[in-house]
Amino acid sequence: MSTSAAFGGETHWLGDVALRGGTVLDAGGSRKADVLVSDGSIVAVGDITDLMSRSAVVLDASGCVVAPGLVDLHTHMREPGYEDAETVQSAARAAALGGYSAVVAMPNTEPPADNASIVSHVRALGERSCVDVYPAGTITLGRAGRALAPMAEMAALGVRIFTDDGSGVQDARLMRRAMEYARALGVTVAEHCEDAAMSAGGHMHEGEWSSRLGIAGQPAEAEELMVMRDLALARMTGARLHLLHLSTAGSLAMVSAARRGGLDVTAEVAPHHFTLTDADVASYDPVFKVHPPLRSATDVAAVKSAVADGTVDAIATDHAPHARHAKEAPFDVAPPGMLGLETALGLALSELGLPVGAVLALMSWQPAAIAGIGATHGGPLKAGRPANLCVIDTEETWVVEPDRTASLSRNNPYKGRRLTGRVRHTVTRGEPVVVGGEAQR
Amino acid sequence: MTGATPAQLEPTPSPSSAPSSSGGSNETDRAPRHFLGVTGSQGGELRDLLRLSDRFGEVNRRPIPKVPALRGKTVVNMFFEDSTRTRLSFDTAARRLSADVVTFSAATSSLNKGESLRDTVETVESLGADAVVVRHSSSGVPWQIASWVKRTSVINAGDGWHEHPTQALLDCYTIARSSPVLAERFGPDSDAFDFEGLKVGIVGDISHSRVARSNVAAMTALGASVTLVGPPTLLPSCLDGWPVEVSNDLDGLIGDLDVCYLLRLQRERTTEALLPTLREYRALYGLSAKRADRLKDGAIVMHPGPANLGVEIDADVTRRPCSVISAQVTNGVSVRMAVLYYFLGSGVDLVN
Repeated sequence: MSTSAAFGGETHWLGDVALRGGTVLDAGGSRKADVLVSDGSIVAVGDITDLMSRSAVVLDASGCVVAPGLVDLHTHMREPGYEDAETVQSAARAAALGGYSAVVAMPNTEPPADNASIVSHVRALGERSCVDVYPAGTITLGRAGRALAPMAEMAALGVRIFTDDGSGVQDARLMRRAMEYARALGVTVAEHCEDAAMSAGGHMHEGEWSSRLGIAGQPAEAEELMVMRDLALARMTGARLHLLHLSTAGSLAMVSAARRGGLDVTAEVAPHHFTLTDADVASYDPVFKVHPPLRSATDVAAVKSAVADGTVDAIATDHAPHARHAKEAPFDVAPPGMLGLETALGLALSELGLPVGAVLALMSWQPAAIAGIGATHGGPLKAGRPANLCVIDTEETWVVEPDRTASLSRNNPYKGRRLTGRVRHTVTRGEPVVVGGEAQR
Repeated sequence: MTGATPAQLEPTPSPSSAPSSSGGSNETDRAPRHFLGVTGSQGGELRDLLRLSDRFGEVNRRPIPKVPALRGKTVVNMFFEDSTRTRLSFDTAARRLSADVVTFSAATSSLNKGESLRDTVETVESLGADAVVVRHSSSGVPWQIASWVKRTSVINAGDGWHEHPTQALLDCYTIARSSPVLAERFGPDSDAFDFEGLKVGIVGDISHSRVARSNVAAMTALGASVTLVGPPTLLPSCLDGWPVEVSNDLDGLIGDLDVCYLLRLQRERTTEALLPTLREYRALYGLSAKRADRLKDGAIVMHPGPANLGVEIDADVTRRPCSVISAQVTNGVSVRMAVLYYFLGSGVDLVN
């Protein structure tokens, strides 16, 4: 039952899993139904009593939502290069605990994923992990912003998202060429929008709190100028553009207007940009340091309303582990970034005031479509589909404890926060990788 | 003014009610008291420290300016950023209180060997420090250290662009003892420390100045009206919640000031596109001899030092009777003795 087999380059779990008593919820709507999984695929949705083998693993889904597994467009797995902070295995385990069955691995590793060999390496590490890992490739060689990375050789391995995340591509002409080149490959260019000259030296949002705290600021305009430029370049080139972790009211207004004008652009926001503000930095605890920075309460309200009105296509974690000692440094010295995989769903369900189905659209099938993995992830839940699912108790209340994590790092800014909505089980490629809120391997 | 910042002046018994003879053994068990900043402080708390400074000023005028108040206490100066006058001032203050003083210099520390800031601090605490006096180029470091220590008091000797609370106290003390306006109102040795109606202009690079932030908080808490003066490039981008006026026109203001406080201008501001040239800065915001002639009778001129002579202030002005710059340095020792005494809480009577 728990044997696994390599099959066509993909490993899947051999055995039956029955999810009983839950409410199935996917893009097609919701219905009371059991789900039977066998050999990595869904074999039945509905009444499965007569179909179950005696050896099936039965997972209790009573009172729960049974949904397609979540898809994170923005995970820093840190491997290769920063294995003291996180590995593909540990990040994948955290992802599974958070309800994810697939993550896009950001390419700002050391060395960066700017060629086929690093992409292959990360993908191979992912094949042994508890979620599907889809490496993103860089736009420029070494993320240096000077020359195009060999996007075609990476695309040939299945890479569908290219980004220099961690910094934006500063040179407008180079970004134009990247978009033109990407269009021919049918891949998506994803931008970390930040004009480096405008944000240089800054460590938090520029505004009332940076002025009080004496910390150099990064103005909202540093993000907005690059959003403006990239929307213009996408219009010019016809490329598919995805905007990462938008954080300001102005950025979201521009995306909304561009979308109304017919532009093929998608946008994600991170949970910390709708749950925390720049006032949280008053403690000087570097756990609140992140790029883009925590913004004003006005921006947080704008992010929430853009999530609600459909301007935002996906909630993505920007899960960014850092070793404990790196965050025990002065605020302006500590690296930016915070954990997110294990709290994203609880925060979205608790803080957005949206129906569960709307949250799942933002965290499962819409990001699956953006990542180009809709055939494998994001549902719908029906016979013949790959068995990538999560079971969510939408009523369970829990308190965030940073030490209770599968991540190797502890930079979780939500210590003590009470959340409603928790993952009970996660099934990836037919294998129950999380059962009763516990990772199985 | 910043209600959500951590506790600044921690609640503490007033010095007059400090026990006069209790031993040291049971004192080590209580939570340490920290002096991190003056933002959010009440005037009453500041006045307690200023009145205590008066008493140490008296000690400092004795032939042998030394008292046993902190005998047996260890004060560690942790200066992660270069400083001559603040370090010497704290060092002198601690020695005059009979504390043992250890000076930690970042240049020779393990920080260069990959040790984290937290490890360094915990090492110093393990050695038995009763207080650490912290100077750091990064804003907020004393708050971080205060969150890590268990028994050691943290005294902020300047963090980044954020706070320099003992500088603000010594500046307020100097105003109280030097301003002819206040002397006329309350008498020369008054312990009122009431700045109501006093017009203060703080001139220069407000944005990058911990001296400005702490002085705005302390001076306004004591009742002064503060105007920040400088080009928009050197003012904080957002002044919401600051109890100040703002001006870009020193000439329009100078005749009204009771206190003209010049900040040090870092020369690299011209390479950061914040200023065209130092010459142009001097022309608009420098206290030249000609501009100083327009100060009203009874106005005083202050500077935290070290001054860029010929930029923010002319050498000639520093030598006029209205300049109280050397009094600021002298008073710094008394004020820092008061702070160390107040927050280290030795039980020995201070005047013996």
